[in-house]
Formats: sequence, C-alpha cells, structure tokens
Amino acid sequence: MSNFLSLRRLRALCRKETLQILRDPSSNIIAFVLPVLLLFIFGYGINLDASAVHIGLVLEDAGPEARRFANNLYGSPYLQVTTGLNQKAMEQAMAAGQVRGFVVVPQDFSEKIKRPLETAPLQIIVDGSEPNTASFVQNNMRGVWNGWLLQRATERGEKPATDITIESRFWFNPSAESRNYLIPGSITIIMTVIGTLLTSLVVAREWERGTMEALLASPVTRTELLLSKLIPYYILGIISLFLCVGVSVLILNVPFRGSILALWGIGSLFLSSSLGMGLLISTLMRNQFNAAQAALNAAFLPALMLSGFVYEIRSMPEVIQAFTYLIPARYFVTAIQTIFQAGTVGPLLLSSGLFLLLSSVFFIGLTALKTRRRLE
Amino acid sequence: MSEALVTLEAVQKIFPKAKNPALTNLSAELLPGRITGLIGPDGAGKTTLIRLIAGLLTPTAGTIRVTGLDPIKDATQLHKTIGYMPQKFGLYEDLTVQENLELHADLRNVIGEDRKATFKRLLDFTDLSTFTTRLAGKLSGGMKQKLGLACALLGTPRLLLLDEPGVGVDPISRRELWKMVHDLIDQGITVVWSTAYLDEAELCEEVLLINEGQLLFYGKPQEMTNRIRNRSFQIRNPSGSRRQLLERALRHPSVMDGVIQGHHVRLVLRAHTKPLDLRELDAGENAELIPINPRFEDAFIEALGGGPGGDSVLAQRLQPIIDDHKTIIEATDLTKTFGAFTATDHVNFAVKRGEIFGLLGPNGAGKSTTFRMMCGLLAPSSGTARVLGIDLKKSASLARQQLGYMAQKFSLYGNLTVHQNLNFFSGIYGLKGPQQKKIVNEMIEIFNLHPFLHTRPDTLPLGFKQRLALACAVMHEPPILFLDEPTSGVDPVTRREFWTHINGMVEKGVTVMVTTHFMDEAEYCDRIALVFRGKIIAAGTPDQLKSQVATADNPDPAMEDAFIALVQEQSHE
Repeated sequence: MSNFLSLRRLRALCRKETLQILRDPSSNIIAFVLPVLLLFIFGYGINLDASAVHIGLVLEDAGPEARRFANNLYGSPYLQVTTGLNQKAMEQAMAAGQVRGFVVVPQDFSEKIKRPLETAPLQIIVDGSEPNTASFVQNNMRGVWNGWLLQRATERGEKPATDITIESRFWFNPSAESRNYLIPGSITIIMTVIGTLLTSLVVAREWERGTMEALLASPVTRTELLLSKLIPYYILGIISLFLCVGVSVLILNVPFRGSILALWGIGSLFLSSSLGMGLLISTLMRNQFNAAQAALNAAFLPALMLSGFVYEIRSMPEVIQAFTYLIPARYFVTAIQTIFQAGTVGPLLLSSGLFLLLSSVFFIGLTALKTRRRLE
Repeated sequence: MSEALVTLEAVQKIFPKAKNPALTNLSAELLPGRITGLIGPDGAGKTTLIRLIAGLLTPTAGTIRVTGLDPIKDATQLHKTIGYMPQKFGLYEDLTVQENLELHADLRNVIGEDRKATFKRLLDFTDLSTFTTRLAGKLSGGMKQKLGLACALLGTPRLLLLDEPGVGVDPISRRELWKMVHDLIDQGITVVWSTAYLDEAELCEEVLLINEGQLLFYGKPQEMTNRIRNRSFQIRNPSGSRRQLLERALRHPSVMDGVIQGHHVRLVLRAHTKPLDLRELDAGENAELIPINPRFEDAFIEALGGGPGGDSVLAQRLQPIIDDHKTIIEATDLTKTFGAFTATDHVNFAVKRGEIFGLLGPNGAGKSTTFRMMCGLLAPSSGTARVLGIDLKKSASLARQQLGYMAQKFSLYGNLTVHQNLNFFSGIYGLKGPQQKKIVNEMIEIFNLHPFLHTRPDTLPLGFKQRLALACAVMHEPPILFLDEPTSGVDPVTRREFWTHINGMVEKGVTVMVTTHFMDEAEYCDRIALVFRGKIIAAGTPDQLKSQVATADNPDPAMEDAFIALVQEQSHE
C-alpha cells in the first residue's frame, strides 16, 4: 500500500459516493430524468425549421397572369396564404400578428408585366419585428416570384432573364431537420450539467456539511479524494450519455452514422474536462450556492450559447468567435454532431479530442494543485 | 508516562483579513490519559486550536507537537493516531449507521476479524446496535454525537479531539457522552473536549480557558474555582421583587456578580471586601445570606473582569405599563405537525402581564416551533394561539404590531450597515421623522454601537450582533417581547447584560416569553415549561420544578437535575 493511494480507501470512498448518488433524488433527476426531458423538448418542442409562415395576399388585379402567380403562392410549402380584401385590412392583420407579411398584386399588374422595361409591379411588405422570420418570408416570396417568372418564360418559349438558377441541397442532414443537429448538441448541455454542475455541488456540500473536515482528519490522501469524486461521476455521466444516445436514436429517430467507440472516447474526454472544471469550482468555492452560480456561468451558459449548438459561431462577432475556441463544449458539439450526422471523421475527432484532453489535464491538474489537505 | 502528548509553544494563529488574532501566544502541555477541557465562549478560539492540533490549520507562529509529530509536516502519520469529531456533524446523513462505520473503518484500515470485534464493541458502547440500518440523518441529536464518537474511535486513536460534542444534545445524552468519554480515559486515551458549557469544565481534570484568543487559565478547574473561595452567597427568602433586589445588589460596591436563581438571588462578592449586610440591600425581614459553593463560572466572570452591573438604560427610557393582571399570551391545545412528525403536541400555557415565561428544553424539542406559532409566523395545525386576546390565525398582523421578536438565528441584514439596519427596522415598525431619529440614536447610545455604525453586522462580534438584534426588536416599545434563544453562544458576561435589560423591562411591565436550552437561564423566569419531544412535560416556577425532584441524596437539585429526572419519569410512563 503506497502512501498516496490505497485501493481500500478509494473503494470505500467510491462506494460512499455511489450510495449518495443513488439516494439523492436531485442527482437522479439531473442524471436520468433531465436528459430525457431535454431531449424531448429539443426533439419535439423546439423547431428551428421555419415552415408554413402565415402571409397575406391582396389581389387587386383579377387577370389570368395575376391569378397564376397567386396559385404559385398558394402552392408554396413554406407559406400559408390568406387572401385579404384590401391593403388596409392586411396592414391591420399584420399589426395584430396574424400574418408575417403580405404581397400586394396591384391593379395594373397584368398591364405592367407585359412591358419588360417597367419596374417590378409587386409590392412585398414584411413584419420587421422578427428579423429572422422577416428575411425568411421575404426570401420565400422572392423565390416564388422568381419561380413564377421562370415558369412564365418557359411557357412562352422565351429565354429566362438569368442563366443560372440556384438549387440548394443539404448534405448530411438531407431533410434539413433541426432536430437532427439539436439533439446531438443538447447531449453536450446534458453532459455539462452532469459533469460540472453536479460535481461542483457535491464537493461544496461536503464542505458545507462539515463532512470534508472529518475526511481531512482521516488518513485519506489528496489523490484518493480526487479520484473518489471523478470515478463515480464519470460512470454516471457515461451512463447518461448512452441513455441520451439510445433515446435519440430509438425514440426520436435521429440518425446515428458514427461508431459507438468514437462516441465513448470523445465523450469520456469531454466528461473529464467538465468534471475537472466542476471539481475546481467547488474546491475554490466551498459553498453550494456560489458553486452553482459559478458552474452556470463558467460551463452551462457557454455550452448553451457559445458552443455552436443553437447559435452559429460563424455569425458571431470575431472577438467572440475567437473566444469560443476556449470553450470545451464547442469541440464536443462539433465532434458529436459529426459522429451523429456524418460518421467517424478521424482528423476532426482527433483535433477535438486533443483539445479536450488538454483541457482535462488543465482543470484536473489545477484542482489537484488547489486541493489542500488542510482547511485553509 | 509523564511525557506530554500534545505540546503547544507560543502558538499564534492570525487569519488573513481578520483584525484580531484568533489565538495569541498559547503554551500548554497536555498529558496522556487525561481529559482536558477546552473552555470558552463562542468565537474564543477553541475550534481554531483543535484544528491546529489536528493539522487542519497551519499556525502563524509557534510550534505544535502531537505525539512527537509536526501536525503539518507529518499529517499523514498524525491522522492515523488521532480521532477527530468536528463541531458540525461530520458524518454522511444519507448513509446508514452501518455504512458510516464501514466507510471510516476502511479509511482507517480496520479490517477482517478486528473490524467485526471493533464494530460490536463500539455499537454496544454507544448503544446503537439496534439502529445500524437507520440513516444517520434520521438519528436524534444525542445518537448522532454517539455515532460521531464511534467513528472517531475506529482505529483506536491515542488522542481524541472532540469539538463541542455537547451542543444540540439534551442533558441526558450529554451525561451519557461524558460517561463514555470517561471510560475511554480509563483505557489510556487522551481526550480534548471543547465546550461552551462552563459546568462541564468542572468535570475535566484540566482546563484550558480561552477568551478572545487569549489563554486565561491552564490548570485544574478547582484551582481556578478556589481563587474565589468564600465569596459566593445566596440570598434566600427575600421579600419583594427579586429582580429589583438583584439590581440593588449589583449596584453595591462589594458585589462583583449576581444572578437570579428561582426565588433566590445568587451573588459573588469582590475580593477583600467586608461581609455584605442584607439590610443595606433592603432584602426583607426573612432574608438570609447563606454561603454556598463557588462555581467555575464565578471564577470565569472574575477572569473576564466582573459582571456588567445591574442597571438597564434600555428599560429606564420605557414608560411603565400598568399591570392589569390580565392573561395576555395564551396557547390552547397548540399542535403543529410536519408530515408524520409532530413538532408541537397539544401545548397549553397562559402568561400574565409582566411575567417572564420560559420554554426550556434541548434543541429540537419543539420550542422554536411553538414560539413561531405564538408570534403568528407559523400557522398551527390545530389549537389556538392568542396574544392580547387576538387569535393569531385570524389577524396575525394586528397582534404583531404589539410584539417585539428576536429570532434564534441572527435575522438582520448582513449587507446593510448597523445604522441602516436600525433605520430599516424602526421604519417597518412605523417609526418616522424626528421620533425615529431620536430612538435610533438612543439605541446606539444604550448598546454602545457607535464604533460599529458603518460596519456590516456580519463582521460584528457575536455579542454585538445579539445587542443589535435586541435593539431592533425593542425600538417600537412593544408591550410583549418574544426572545428565541437570545443568549445562545454569547459569553456569560454578555448573557448577564442581556438579562439585566430583560429584567429591567419586565419591571416596567413588559411581558417576556423566552426560549432557552441553558438550564441556568431558566432560573430567571417567573414560570417555566419543560418541553421535550413536542410536549410540555412539566410547568411551574423554577423552585417548584426543582423541589419536585428533591431527594434525601440531593436536597437542593439544580435545574438540570430536575430536567433529567422529569424526562426519565416521563419515559418510564
């Protein structure tokens, strides 16, 4: 038996920790109920696909050209069109939030469309209070318009105004369903909560309740203390990770293209980085309230906002983009989204894994340095 | 075996940011096989010293040797030879008794046959054999401490450090713990027992008396008590108000300290004064001055520079309230249940104007729950609580205007300054304008808060915190005062100062209801109710309760004897 590590003491401490996890309802909720709940929220509750936005149509011209354009609008899968009597009524509907925008087909539409040199005879008004939806509506209506022009030209045997038409196709997520990338991303959030929040609370709780003082007065060593916190929560986190993957694949039908082994490897690295951060926080704070605040700010919020899970990193200001390179969650989000949607892409996983390894070493090492065998 | 087990040499501890050192220049040698009492009020430095000995803190200066080891450098070695029971319950409440024992056995390498034998011995010793599958959090205060002791004894330590094991434990369990620790001494284990209860000091072989980080006395407690031999007296059978008598006595130049003991008044005279003449005190025809045994506390008060005197400036400014002999606080079948647990069980009592009524009992007995129902902070599950005839369930806020409340835990705003707290609390009690200013200034004057006006209460010494809390409770001159453990943890001098104020206010006609777990404090009350496990097990004047348990062996029992006898009587039924 060495002076630094006694397997008996380590086993006893791990056993104690496990019993505490199993008996503490809040640990169980965080580790097993919360993940499933979050997955279902992201799977069904939140949908970032903009589908079927309500728009209005004011048809002041009843000519055949105008009606054909109107039919194209009705036919768009992204727009749900209500017809209004006049512009005034439509403005009111938009103010009331019933429609996100509307198209006015003026009385002289059929006249003007015949003369190619005239300016665009359509009026498109969108509700700018929600800029994302506004640009979506605008793009879609423009799309319908361009489509109609093209169709009209082809029918008449004319050459279309432009040669190139853009047709987008999504690779890796062919149906472009947000669920497929939100769910792998939300697993990151869950791992962060288990890794950082839960551990930061349990160590701080030992300080608050005075049990740490009793441990410190026993022959327990620093290594044993650290390992006894890391091992049980690592196992808890990995169980939770595979629970999440199971629920995502089997119940939410998210495709999984990578290898389980790669997932386990990268998941372990991310967990140890999160656990390290959680332990560091609670070693420094020694108070559950402060530890929870610190864990939320240092781990949870960055994982939610700066990991590229919901908000795309490329559309952030450059300073913040640079900052995201320091967030471990960013690497895990990329890695796990890749494993889910594209498969096991070696180089990408290696670079993410390398960073996560570095950050684990950093956090756990710093915790080991800051862990004192005394009360000060 | 006369080699010292623990050697302290000019030990000093200064915490960063703290103004005063936690311990200064402390030297002592603790001999093996003895029980050494570490005595002093809260914040005196007892815990700091124990942690220094346990190697959990580094001394700022001086040297410590424990069984020949340096507690910091040889921490690993040291922790194999000491048992330590921290002040906070250091065990896992969500593990069972057995699991806690197993954890500590593994940590201390107690295995195999040895382990089985040790568990059996400790479980028998602590009487916990039938509770091994119970979660530690569900044990009573006394049983928790016993389990703590059992865990600290695993691995057979040479030195046992116990930090206030008597706190939160009822007097019966406290006596049992004492007995258990004495058995350990017989086995050759050295014990350091820290306590704020001065009566425990007398039972130790040696004491280290600490106050504000200074060692005041180190030696046999009898030596300290002997310093004030022949100076303790009791005035028996005085006529008239004993509170006024105490006030007069404390003004007398020969009197150093005095307390009320039921119908009697206990006095300690200054050194080298002539004998006290009772006629000077106007104690009445039948009053007798009887010499009695000195107590450790008497010597402690002297070491701290004597009692605080008997005049309450706080009471002097009050307008007298006319005594109408009416019952103004009344509990009828008051019951409060929390789930399956009955915290207060059909409690009945009535308090008349101008009385001090005390609820006496160990922590967790249900005193505070009863108390909170009486001030309308908790709704009773059944029964009624009335103050001034107002049912608190119906119009709590109306009644609350009439009462001042000092909560058990310090309930002022830690991040406002002392002055801001005073202004805020006077404001919520409806004081305003020049009157508010006048009263706040008076409070500052009375409680000597001038030097602290712009400090935050969090950083005040405990005694001043309590003074500030009392000031905030009495600013609106309430005719009724509710004090929940008002002197818990303060030193005996500050405790006396508090009672001087309370006595003074009661003499002006204020009615006081107070809870305490200090048996001594109960003696100040006109009537007390003993609370145990949610029930009132006995009620009456302090003398009535004591005389109930008087026997031929113990003709003059103390309050604690009365309490223990009455509880045991109850549990036999």
